[in-house]
Amino acid sequence: MIVAENKPFHDILGLIEDAKKILIVGCGGCVAVCLSGGEKEVGVLASALRMSRKKEGNPLETVEVTLPRQCDPEYMDMLKGYVKEDIDCILSLGCGVGVQFIAERFSKWVIPAQNTKFAGGTIAHGIWEERCGLCGECILYKTGGICPIIRCSKSLLNGPCGGSQNGKCEVDKNLDCGWQLIYDRMKKFGKLDLLLKIEPPKDWSKSRDGGPRKVVREDVKIS
Amino acid sequence: MSEFYPKIVAFCCYYCAYSAADLAGSMRLQYPSNIRLVEVPCSGRVDVLMILKAFEKGADGVYVAGCLEGDCHFLKGNYRAKKRVLYAKKILDEIGIGGERLEMFNLSGSSGPRFAEIAEEMVTRISKLGPSPLNSRLVSFPNCKDATAGN
Amino acid sequence: MTTKTESKLEKLLARGEFVISGEIGPPKHAGPEGIVKHAENLKKYIDAANITDNQTAIVRMSSIAAAFHVLRSGLEPVIQITCRDRNRIGIQSDLLGAYSLGMRNVLCLSGDHQSFGNHPTAKNVYDIDSIQEIKLVKDMRDSRKFLCGEEIKQNEPRYFIGGVANPFADPLEFRVARLEKKINAGADFIQTQAIFDMGRFEKWMEMVRKRGLHERTNIIAGLIPLKSHKAARYMQKFVSGMLVPDEIVYRLEKAKEPQKEGVELCVEQIKHLKQIEGIKGVHIMAVAWEEIIPTIVEKAGLFPRPSL
Repeated sequence: MIVAENKPFHDILGLIEDAKKILIVGCGGCVAVCLSGGEKEVGVLASALRMSRKKEGNPLETVEVTLPRQCDPEYMDMLKGYVKEDIDCILSLGCGVGVQFIAERFSKWVIPAQNTKFAGGTIAHGIWEERCGLCGECILYKTGGICPIIRCSKSLLNGPCGGSQNGKCEVDKNLDCGWQLIYDRMKKFGKLDLLLKIEPPKDWSKSRDGGPRKVVREDVKIS
Repeated sequence: MSEFYPKIVAFCCYYCAYSAADLAGSMRLQYPSNIRLVEVPCSGRVDVLMILKAFEKGADGVYVAGCLEGDCHFLKGNYRAKKRVLYAKKILDEIGIGGERLEMFNLSGSSGPRFAEIAEEMVTRISKLGPSPLNSRLVSFPNCKDATAGN
Repeated sequence: MTTKTESKLEKLLARGEFVISGEIGPPKHAGPEGIVKHAENLKKYIDAANITDNQTAIVRMSSIAAAFHVLRSGLEPVIQITCRDRNRIGIQSDLLGAYSLGMRNVLCLSGDHQSFGNHPTAKNVYDIDSIQEIKLVKDMRDSRKFLCGEEIKQNEPRYFIGGVANPFADPLEFRVARLEKKINAGADFIQTQAIFDMGRFEKWMEMVRKRGLHERTNIIAGLIPLKSHKAARYMQKFVSGMLVPDEIVYRLEKAKEPQKEGVELCVEQIKHLKQIEGIKGVHIMAVAWEEIIPTIVEKAGLFPRPSL
């Protein structure tokens, strides 16, 4: 899932400073699962913003709505009825994709309430970790299912740098060294010889470095 | 503001605080009438939004009363409540209402006197703090529309 | 003896000399005077000097530019190119440019992560890693090709290629495999991380010899002369990839003249390393204490240095 985290409250407050009435849009997708942008989080943020503004003597009116997802035009349709004339701006609790989909669809000023962090998963309730670097050409079959691109702080492809000690990364003593994990797993599967092969430079053009990416599937296109 | 009569909402767990309140009653113990009790099946039922809404609707103080740690009828509900209370305190600080207006207490169903004591404690604390900044001036509250589309 | 390059370091190693390299850290300003002074003071005592590339990710004068001042002063530089700050285009371009200025040695390394330096909010590059970089330099030299496969029609850069190895990092067993990868990629010489834990280093060397790797490259042992027990403790605690045994810290702490003791220790280490099969020289990293190098070299009985 895409993992996101609320921007600091005062940042959000500053971003909606001029608005009197805002539409707060949650997302029922990834950010609801990582407990940062679903219906409940919309409620908490809306209530906090209203109280804060009321305290300042500058009351804020809020309209709350949570879409099943913000990254599909069909769900975006549902927002139509809420984007009324008197809405000064839209505050999205979606990931960066959601914010942009709203901006593309409606001619209203859109503000992100979240910092979109990474593609990851739940480690335990309340703990999420990054797992995929979205590089566009998966090499997990070479590294025992552990990604060196995103789990090595330097994205090294040929083994750990000299900063790996006691299984931890030089960048942060609480961070596992991705290459130590790869080494351990390859050892377990008797595949250490695979790590001796020199991995050639990666084709980063398949990653973001090639410019904004797009996937087209003719077979599922409707028109 | 000479006669400030704080409004305090207490979210009380059915298995402890609510029974303790009953007991306090049967024991003819006096406790301040400022307290509005909200019975919850477990303190773990209380979430951040419930706490914020209480303040938004006019509470000067809020507390959550759950079972003694380790004694939760649902095992861990009171621990969860504690964490949420901590988080809500942070939000209240950010808003400027002040996290000290919110508290978590743990007690058992048989502690009627303790229930009365907690109520006193909160009333004293909030009386000292004065009214919630939201209640201290007359600001008409805008209509809040809640909606969830597509679900 | 034929050599692949014009590097003095390569020629000395080919002749079987026990080489000494030093390290000069470029300044955090645009003045060359300090580098020139260090180069002049050191040129009789060491065979080559590494010129660090924004070490610990702190912005300094570029390695190549500083190396140019060193070269002009009569000392052979080893330029360093980390993968942190440049992509494959920048690295190849710098290799061409540096060679045109007379550089003949290059050390390829990943580089300290930017989070350690004075610009922790920087974006890192890591387009290629150090092993891919070694191969890139070798392919430019031996196959006369750019990384993309395009031919270098003339004046291909012919570098004596170095890599680094850290016997004190983990996993230990993979450290030897990684060295082998670097050799397979084309590393002509290897400079190790500073050695303090001699026991672990010897264990690593034993594994290296078992795989015959000491015969396929020139292993140069890294050393850092210590000024005080505080410096030792600092490295033990805060410098990543270093292993400093407590004995060393205590030895310096007890010493009446810690600086003298530090020199003594370094000299002992050199004499010991000289006896280890497969060690072709020492690399003395006297960062911010460059002036001590002549004393160490003399005391270790390695002065005068051989000439070509």
